[in-house]
This record gives sequence, C-alpha cells and structure tokens, in this order.
Amino acid sequence: MLKISKLTVTVDGKTILNGLDLEVGPGEVHAIMGPNGSGKSTLANVIAGREGYQVTGGSVSFLGQDLLSLAPEKRAREGVFLAFQYPVEIPGVANVYLLKEAVNATRQHRGEEKLDAMDFLKLVREKLKLLQMKEEFLYRSVNEGFSGGEKKRNEIFQMAMLEPRLAVLDETDSGLDIDALKVVAGGVNALRSPDRSVILVTHYQRLLDYIVPDRVHVLAGGRIVRSGDKRLALELEAQGYGWVESDPSAVSAA
Amino acid sequence: MNPAVTDLGELVGREYKEGFVTDIEADTLPPGLDEDVIRFLSAKKDEPDFVLEWRLDAFRRWQNMKQPNWAQVKHAPIDFQAISYYSAPKSDADRPKSLDEIDPKLLETYDKLGIPLEEQKALAGIAVDAVFDSVSVATTFKDKLAKIGVIFCPLSEALANHPDLVRQYLGSVVPSADNFYAALNSAVFTEGSFVYIPKGVRCPMELSTYFRINALNTGQFERTLIIADEGSYVSYLEGCTAPMRDENQLHAAVVELVALKDAQIKYSTVQNWYPGDEEGRGGIYNFVTKRGVCRGDNAKISWTQVETGSAITWKYPSVLLEGDSSVGEFYSVALTNHCQQADTGTKMVHIGRNTSSTIISKGISAGRGQNAYRGLVKVLKGAENARNYSQCDSLLMGDRCGAHTFPYLEVKNPTATVEHEATTSKIGEDQLFYCRQRGLSEEDAVSLIVNGFCKEVFRELPMEFAVEAQKLLSISLEGAVG
Ligand SMILES: Nc1ncnc2c1ncn2[C@@H]1O[C@H](COP(=O)(O)OP(=O)(O)O)[C@@H](O)[C@H]1O
Ligand SMILES: [Mg+2]
Repeated sequence: MLKISKLTVTVDGKTILNGLDLEVGPGEVHAIMGPNGSGKSTLANVIAGREGYQVTGGSVSFLGQDLLSLAPEKRAREGVFLAFQYPVEIPGVANVYLLKEAVNATRQHRGEEKLDAMDFLKLVREKLKLLQMKEEFLYRSVNEGFSGGEKKRNEIFQMAMLEPRLAVLDETDSGLDIDALKVVAGGVNALRSPDRSVILVTHYQRLLDYIVPDRVHVLAGGRIVRSGDKRLALELEAQGYGWVESDPSAVSAA
Repeated sequence: MNPAVTDLGELVGREYKEGFVTDIEADTLPPGLDEDVIRFLSAKKDEPDFVLEWRLDAFRRWQNMKQPNWAQVKHAPIDFQAISYYSAPKSDADRPKSLDEIDPKLLETYDKLGIPLEEQKALAGIAVDAVFDSVSVATTFKDKLAKIGVIFCPLSEALANHPDLVRQYLGSVVPSADNFYAALNSAVFTEGSFVYIPKGVRCPMELSTYFRINALNTGQFERTLIIADEGSYVSYLEGCTAPMRDENQLHAAVVELVALKDAQIKYSTVQNWYPGDEEGRGGIYNFVTKRGVCRGDNAKISWTQVETGSAITWKYPSVLLEGDSSVGEFYSVALTNHCQQADTGTKMVHIGRNTSSTIISKGISAGRGQNAYRGLVKVLKGAENARNYSQCDSLLMGDRCGAHTFPYLEVKNPTATVEHEATTSKIGEDQLFYCRQRGLSEEDAVSLIVNGFCKEVFRELPMEFAVEAQKLLSISLEGAVG
C-alpha cells in the first residue's frame, strides 16, 4: 500500500525527518508514536502533500505510484485521507456542501457518476449514524464553532464518507473524552478492511486500546527508532519516551 | 441569461422587434454634447415639454460641475465631447454574423454558465431570428400584470402614457443635479424601466429587465424609476449574470425607488459588465447613482448587489428613511480581480423615528484588484431610536490587491444605536489545503471558500439568481490563485 524509503524532510532549513523508512501493507493498522515535536505531523502532512515541507531525499510510493509527484487533490482522489490534527474552520460553507464536492470529486476521478441527491443523503445518514452525529450537524459551517471533540469526530465522519485506501489520523484522539473516543474508534474500526490501511499518529497509548494496531513505531530523531506490536505501546507508556531516545540498543533495533 | 432565470428569460431576442427601438430611424449623432443634442434626443422620443426643460436644466447645472475625484479609483479624465449620445440600434448588417466573430473568452464563459447556444448568440449581439417561442409568454406576462394594475414598461413609454405619474416622481429621489454623473444622466438619459405597483398589490412575479423589450441593448445612460404605492410589494432584478457584449465604455445610470407607507421594494443587481483584460485594457466604467426613499411609515427598501464586472465601479445604493419605523438594507458583494477597481458602499439616512438599517458588505480582492467600501450612516436630529448595524468584511487573495474601508458616521440624536464591525482576512493556505486534501481542485476550493464568505449576501438574492451569482463568482476568480 504505502512504502516510504529514506525520507528526509526539512522545514525552513531545519531537518525534521531524517532518512525515515516505513512500509504499511494493505489492511494493516500502524501506530506512530513519538514525543511532541518529533515530526509525526510533518510525516502526515508530507504524505498528504502540504506545502512548506521540502523533501530533500527519499521516496514515498503509494499503490505503486510516486506519491510525492502528485498534487494534494490528486492524492486525495487516489484515496489518501488525512484527519487533521487541527481541522480548519471555513465560515459560511455548510459541512454537507464540502462533503458533496469531496465525494463527487473522488467519484469523478474514478470515472463514476456523481451521486444524486437521494443517494448522497442516504450515504450521509448511514455515516452519521455510525458516528452518532445529529443531522443538523450537516448544515453547520465546516468546523466553525465546533468543540475540539466535534472537530475530530467530523474528521472521522468525512473519512467514513470518502472511504479512502489510506487514512492518516493525526492525533485524532486528543481532545476527546472517553465516550467520544469510543465512538470515533468504532468509526475507524468499522472501516477496517483488507484493502484499506490506517496510520494512527498519537502520543498516548489510550487510543490503541480501542483501535488495536498491527504494528507500533516510535518516531524520534527524524526516523523510526523502534518498531513492534501493540505491546510496544504499553512499554512506552510505562517507561516514557526518554527510554527510547536514550537507549542505544533501541535505535539499533530499528 | 440562463435557464435558471426562468423561462421568461427566454424572451430576449424577439421582443426586440416590437420595442421602442424600431420607431427610430437608423441614425447616429456625431460625438459631442450641447443643448441641440438634448433637444434632438427629446424630440426623438416625442417627450412632453416638461422633460425637455428638466433635461436642459440638468445640462446647464452639469456644465458647472466637476468630475468627482474623491473615490478610491484611478482613471484618465473622460472626454464627454468624445462620446456619441445617440446611436441607433445596430442594423443586422453591422452585427457579428456568427460566433466565430466573438471573443473566444466570452464564449468560454457562456459555456461555463451553461447558456444554450441560441442565447449565447443573442448575448453576443448576433442577429438571431425568433428562436424562442416566447411572444405568447410575454403577452401572458403583460396581461397578468395589467390586470392587477402594475405598470412595467420602458421609461420613454411611461413618459408618453403616464406623464403625470412620472412627473410626480422623476428626480424626486435623485435630484437632477445630485452629482456629476447623475446630472449628466438627467440631461441625456435614453433608456430604462418604469415600474408602478398600485396600493396593496403584491407583485406576483419578479420583475426583471430581461422581460422588458430591448433587454439586450442596455443604454449607456439608463434611468429607472420604481414606485411602490402604499402596502405594495415588488422584487426587481437588474442585470444579467452572463457578461454582455457592450461597446459603451461609460455607463452612468440612475435608479430611483419610492416606497410609500407599508410598501416594500427589493432591488437585486448582478452586474457583470466587461471588466477589461488581465492588463486592465478596456472595460466598462460603471458610475451609478442609486437611491431609494422610504416615504411612509413602515416602508422598507432592500438593495442587494453582486458586482463582479466593470473596470471601474462607483456606486452607493442608498436609502432615505423618512417614514417612522422604516427599514433600509444593503447587502453587497463586490469582487475585483486583475486590474479592476471598485469603490462602492451605501448611505443610510435616518430621518424618521424608530428607523433601522442593516449594511452587510463583502469585498473580495484578487490579482491587482482594488476594492473600497465607503459607507455613510447619518442619523438626523429627529430620528429617535434609530438603529444601524454595519458589517464590512474584506477578503484578500494574493498580496498585490487591496481593500479599503471608509465608514462615515454622523449621529445627531443621542438615542441612536450604531454598530460597526469590520474584518479583513486572507484566504488561508490552511483552508485551501484542507479542501484540496478532500479532493477539491484549487479553483473549486477557492470558489467554495469565497462563496462561504459571501453567504449572508447570497441568501438575500432570489433563489435562481443566487445560484448564478455563485457560478459567476467562480468564473470571475479564475486564475486568481496558483
Ligand atoms: N510549518 C512549520 N514551520 C516551522 N516549523 C515547523 C513547521 N511544522 C513543523 N515544524 C517544526 O518541525 C518539528 C516537528 O513538528 P511536528 O511534525 O508538528 O511534530 P509532532 O507532530 O510530532 O508534534 C517541530 O520542531 C516543529 O516546530
Ligand atoms: Mg503533531
């Protein structure tokens, strides 16, 4: 699905990612953990194609194509979805309107007909239910005046609507209370399928109690310094990140 | 013109044959303006004497006036002696013969707006045969209005058939020497609409210049007069969402609205004149005086405008709130791209008691566009408990454009409540990226964000118009980013 090799990224001349390798197979869920400022969002943004990051080395291939050469909207239409750490507000634009444009842009890209109003509404209602959201939510402006939790839930709702091949969730758990976390996790789990991959960016292992990952990676010093199964997350929780950063064997094990 | 603006929009094209155009022999005056020209114009229309006198008076005053230069716009001085003040409608021989002769960019825009081919031809000024089956529609329409006593006709026709009514109101809102361009218009006006809604009548349809004869040939010096008698209601649409081919560079129109007691006038404009090219060559100068008066208690006038065209726009639709508890509203979207300049806004003059006004202005600047909002809220001494709410938002795209806000406030009564809010924002990289991450192209993302920005104004437009206005905005913004 996704293969990242020796990825090096700088921001304003500062190296953030430094030779990062990561491979995510179809149907797999990978968690990426790491201390604040370690470059998790940078990785997520580079995968999605945000401006402002200079890729100075390495490659990212997605379903066999060179992802880095595609415009952000092309990546999205190919099935790359980013749930933002800080979703932006777009005043005056109804949620449902953005969704419809988004869904149809992807369908058009795939050579499918646009959804008519009835089918679209049917799909929307189904996904609202999945995330336990009220219909009035559709008519509010995108993220405007949403609580932190509502914004995160909205991201997962959009993901459910768009049914991406690769979903990158950037700290979707932060700002959620335990009930909301369960709902969001339920939404993600419902989308797990053999041809869909998920990258969960988080720095708490709490989320991983609800979305059980196939692999857990620790990002530090610009690369993956440690990989393991879900037990690694528990270990990290017990020991703190200092343990990974200071233990030379951890680095060599990566 | 577009399918959404209802079937009546299809009237264009053949009504041309029946209108006031055909009673004029083909001739054109040489450029220049003097009293003889005015006498000629008046004679052409067989106008009553009082109109000629009024024109001449305006002309004499105009000669002593100066072109205004206070607006935030730049242009070379206009040579008014170089303009021809009368030109007969183009004969078919002079018109373009086929779409091949029309600017491809214009045609591209028509395609994007989804305008059928035959209508494209009409808009582009090509001689079209009676392609639309609309004579019957027109007749039904006129019959229907006549039955309830609504008068809707060219101003020249109203001068002939209802001279007393016109005389009572013409220039009563915008005096002939109100300002330089209004004075010029008063002297040389040629075309325009007249509307009268009788007492207690709710006009059952949106009145639009489309429905009127000769809609395709908007005059350089149009003059519109709308009177809503006591307790009546009318919604009037001016303009056309498709850009029209137009050879006149200067447009100096006057619009007067009179709402009597308990009457309501809703006036919506979508202005999409030729804006000039990317380098600022060509384009229309649109210098308009629009004013309404609430001349009775509980009267209400709403102006809604979407201005995306013209090289230079200079207009301030205003409301004089004379009647007690009368209401004035101004909703505006003004967009400037490339080298366009707009200086627009409103004046709300509170005269009666308990009067209220609302101003919502959305300015969008892209390219090297310059956008100025200029608004005056004036509360006179006797205007007890006047209320005003103004909100002026500017959206900038890129860093070569400009937005300027000039709110003026004159309050002579301490009981007034006046609120003003202003914001300036840049279209955010993060907003654009968010939309693109969801699969929208950059252009679609821009138009989505801009439409969101304008929502409070668009929702005041009649439904079909609002849809068109959104499309139009997207088209006008093409190439504004990336
Ligand atoms: N747009 C940016 N401009 C400047 N510095 C940035 C930008 N984005 C990230 N950084 C820097 O890159 C480093 C990694 O940030 P980030 O990827 O957000 O980390 P994380 O998500 O792991 O907390 C931080 O030092 C941060 O300050
Ligand atoms: Mg982060």
